[in-house]
Amino acid sequence: MSELTTPLSKVKGLGSAKEGTTHFWRQRMTALILIPLVLWIGFSLAALPVDHATLVSWVQQPLVSMLLVLLVGAVFYHAQLGLQVVIEDYVSSHSRRTVMLLISNLMCLIFGIVGILSVLKIAFGA
Amino acid sequence: MNNKNKLPLSPHLQIYRLPLTALLSITHRLTGIILVLGSIFMVWLLAAAADSSASYGPLVAQLGSWYGQVFLFGFVFSLYLHFCSGIRHLFWDVGLGFELETVDLTAKLVIACAIILTIATWLVAAAG
Repeated sequence: MSELTTPLSKVKGLGSAKEGTTHFWRQRMTALILIPLVLWIGFSLAALPVDHATLVSWVQQPLVSMLLVLLVGAVFYHAQLGLQVVIEDYVSSHSRRTVMLLISNLMCLIFGIVGILSVLKIAFGA
Repeated sequence: MNNKNKLPLSPHLQIYRLPLTALLSITHRLTGIILVLGSIFMVWLLAAAADSSASYGPLVAQLGSWYGQVFLFGFVFSLYLHFCSGIRHLFWDVGLGFELETVDLTAKLVIACAIILTIATWLVAAAG
């Protein structure tokens, strides 16, 4: 017995998790996108007065709302991928791991959606 | 510790002083988790702003309190630490910076840049 993988699965390179380097790659892609976005949001918010009217008119600028949607999406996608690795590394009990992954994935999805919807509501709403 | 068998014991991980790179590695994960929690608060703030001025006002006022400022400072510093440390990881991903001297240098550079970015952000906020 020397070979358990078929030539096809070998050339596909997807491994036993069936997704190859997808997780690794998406973690890096979201990280790259976040480099300019983090600098932008950090210094923009620092320069902005904190009152409601100023924030709303700032978010309503088309470029700002577009970048904010991108930021919230990238943040929670990156967070989901990162939390997944931490949970997989440190939670050894299989059932507890599955439950924690479920909660973490759902939380990232929900807060990502809430964040994006909030930006859109401010952008399109009164 | 009372070792009855007098057998030699391998020192536990906690006995060693972690090298800076190892310390930064675990800090990267810790700041990652802190950032998720902080981001959830930021989304909450954003949702409040989308709702009304009445729900946004009291929440943002909390950020002005001493604990709000502590949270904000911790969040921003964690953000820039994770940011700089992440860029160091991206260089490693393309195979750069693995020499021991470089690794030590970039570890210090990451901490220095995170501090500088945090101070710069606070200066911008103070000026704005």
